[in-house]
Amino acid sequence: MGKKPMTLAEKILAQKVGKEYVEPGELVEVPVDLTLANDITGPLAIKVFESTGINQVFDPEKIALVMDHFTPNKDIKSAEQVRICREFARKHKITHYYEGGSCGIEHALLPELGLVVPGDVVIGADSHTCTYGALGAFATGVGSTDLAGAWLTGKTWFKVPETIKFVYYGTLKPWVTGKDLILYTIGDIGVDGALYKAMEFTGEVIEKLSMSDRFTMCNMAIEAGGKVGLIAPDKKTLAFVKKHSTRKPLVLKPDKKANYVEIREYDVSKIDPVVALPHLPSNVKPVKDLPKIYIDQVVIGSCTNGRLEDLIIAAKILKGKKINPNVRCIIIPATPKIYKEALKKGLIEIFIESGAIISPPTCGPCLGGHMGILAKGEKAVATTNRNFVGRMGHPESEVYLASPAVAAASAVVGYIATPEELGL
Amino acid sequence: MNTIKGKAWKFGDNIDTDVIIPARYLNTTDPQELAKHCMEDADPEFSKKVNPGDIIVAGKNFGCGSSREHAPIAIKACGISCVIAESFARIFYRNAFNTGLLILECPEASKDIETGDELEVYPEEGKILNLTKNKTYTTKPLPQFMKEILEDGGLIPHIMKRLKQG
Ligand code: SF4
Repeated sequence: MGKKPMTLAEKILAQKVGKEYVEPGELVEVPVDLTLANDITGPLAIKVFESTGINQVFDPEKIALVMDHFTPNKDIKSAEQVRICREFARKHKITHYYEGGSCGIEHALLPELGLVVPGDVVIGADSHTCTYGALGAFATGVGSTDLAGAWLTGKTWFKVPETIKFVYYGTLKPWVTGKDLILYTIGDIGVDGALYKAMEFTGEVIEKLSMSDRFTMCNMAIEAGGKVGLIAPDKKTLAFVKKHSTRKPLVLKPDKKANYVEIREYDVSKIDPVVALPHLPSNVKPVKDLPKIYIDQVVIGSCTNGRLEDLIIAAKILKGKKINPNVRCIIIPATPKIYKEALKKGLIEIFIESGAIISPPTCGPCLGGHMGILAKGEKAVATTNRNFVGRMGHPESEVYLASPAVAAASAVVGYIATPEELGL
Repeated sequence: MNTIKGKAWKFGDNIDTDVIIPARYLNTTDPQELAKHCMEDADPEFSKKVNPGDIIVAGKNFGCGSSREHAPIAIKACGISCVIAESFARIFYRNAFNTGLLILECPEASKDIETGDELEVYPEEGKILNLTKNKTYTTKPLPQFMKEILEDGGLIPHIMKRLKQG
C-alpha cells in the first residue's frame, strides 16, 4: 500500500529510528542495544571516555568487555591493558565483563550468552562485530572513539548503506561449508567489493546452513569491505535465540521488491573446497587446482571457525589419524562452553591422540598475538579470516585461509588438501 | 583547516591495518610507541624516514582490516599530516575523522603521485598541488557531517558540544 520496500539493513535502521522508511545515503542516529570492546580496543575507548570527565556510562548492562585477544595475558603490557579494563568494569559496574575462565572469543561468546538477538543494533570496537548479522542484527565494527561516543550517549550515527543481495542455490558438494561459500564470494567481488555496503545472504542454501556456518559467513563480510553481513531470521535463528537468550527477538525480513544495488547469484554445485592464498582473503583458489604446498602449522579456531560444529568436522577427519610430523596443529575452542562440550563429546581426546595441541579459548595466533606465531618463511593453513602480510607472525610467513575440513586434512597429509585426499 | 605541505610516500592498494600497525605491538595505546612501528611490515625504516608534515598516498581500500584506532593514531604520531587515497575502508574512514587525522579521497592524485613528490594540500578547497610534477588535483568534497566533526576537533569534542547544548 504505497509502503516503500526495504532491504533488511534499511528495515532494522528504520525501526530503530522510528521512521516509516530510510534510504541509502541518509544519516541516522540510532540507539545501540549492545557495545563491545576487547583487551586491545577497550583501553583506548576507556582513555577517550575518561578524557571527557563524564563519570557515568549510558547503561552498564549494554557494555560488553571481552578480554580475549592476548589472554591469558602474554606479557606485562597486555596484563596492564586488561587491568585498565577490569578497573573500569568494576568502577562502572559493567555487567558483561569477561576475563579468565568465563572468557571466550568475543564473537562466539556474545551470541552464546544470548546478548544479541534479531533486530538489535550492535557496535563493537572490533571489525568482526558483523558476525551477529547471522542473527539478523545490524552489527558493525567501529573504532574506540566511536565506541566511547556511544558509552556517553547510548547512540551512534550511520550512513544507511546500500545493499548487495547474494543468492546461493544448488546442492553443496561434499566438504563445502559456509567458509568456502564466503571465501568464494570474496574471491568473486574482491576485498573492497562491498565497500560501505550491506551484504544480504539469501537463498535455499543459506536456509539449510547451520547457525554456525551462518556466523562464519557474516563474520567475513568485513573482508569484502562490507558494513554488515545479514541473514534474515528464520526458524533456525529463533531456535538458537530461544536456547541462548531471554530477550525478545524482533523479526524483520527484507521486502521482496527491496531496492538492491546489485544481486549476485551463485550455483553452489559448482563450488569446490577453496583456500585464500597469501596475502589477501580474495586470493581464492579451489584446493584441487593447487600444486603441493607443504605447511608448517595448522590453526583451527577463531571467531570465524572455532565453534563446536567446526571442531566436530575437524574431529571427524582427525579421528584415528596422526598429525603429520612436520606440522604443528593448534586447535582453539572459541569459548569455555565449546571447550566443555568438545570434551564431553570426546573430541578433545581425538585431537590429543592425533597429536594436536589444544589451546585455551583466545584469539592467540589469529592476529599474531601469541600461542603459535610463525617464523620467517613458515606457512600455515588457518580457519581464521585474514591472511595479510605478517598477520600470524613474521612478515615473510604465509597464511592460507580455509575451512576446518581443509585445515584438518592438511594437518594430516602435511600439504594443503581436502579430506578426499584421505579417502573421506 | 590549515594548508599542508610535505613529501609524498607512496603505497599500493589494500594497505591493511596489520601493515599500518602490526597486532604484535597492540599491547599499548601510547601514540609514540605505536608511531615507531608505523608501516613497519611494508617498510621497516618508514617511521625513521618520515619528516613532520609528510603525506601518505595510496591506492584503493586504504586501512582495510581491523577496527584498531591504533592505525590512524600511529600514522598521526609518526608525523604524517594527511593520507590521500583512491578510497578508504569504512572503519578506518570513521576512525580517521574521529581522531582528527585528515584523509582525502582522490583517485587521480592517488594514481599520479610518486614517492618524493612535494605536495601542498588545501583541504577546504579540496585541492592538492603537486609541486614536483606541476599538477593540480581536485579531491572529493568532505561530507558536511565529517567537516563538522573535524571542525569541532574530533568526535568526542563534537559530542560534548552537543551534550552541553542539550
Ligand atoms: S579470533 Fe581473530 S579475527 Fe576474531 S576477534 Fe580474535 S583476533 Fe579478531
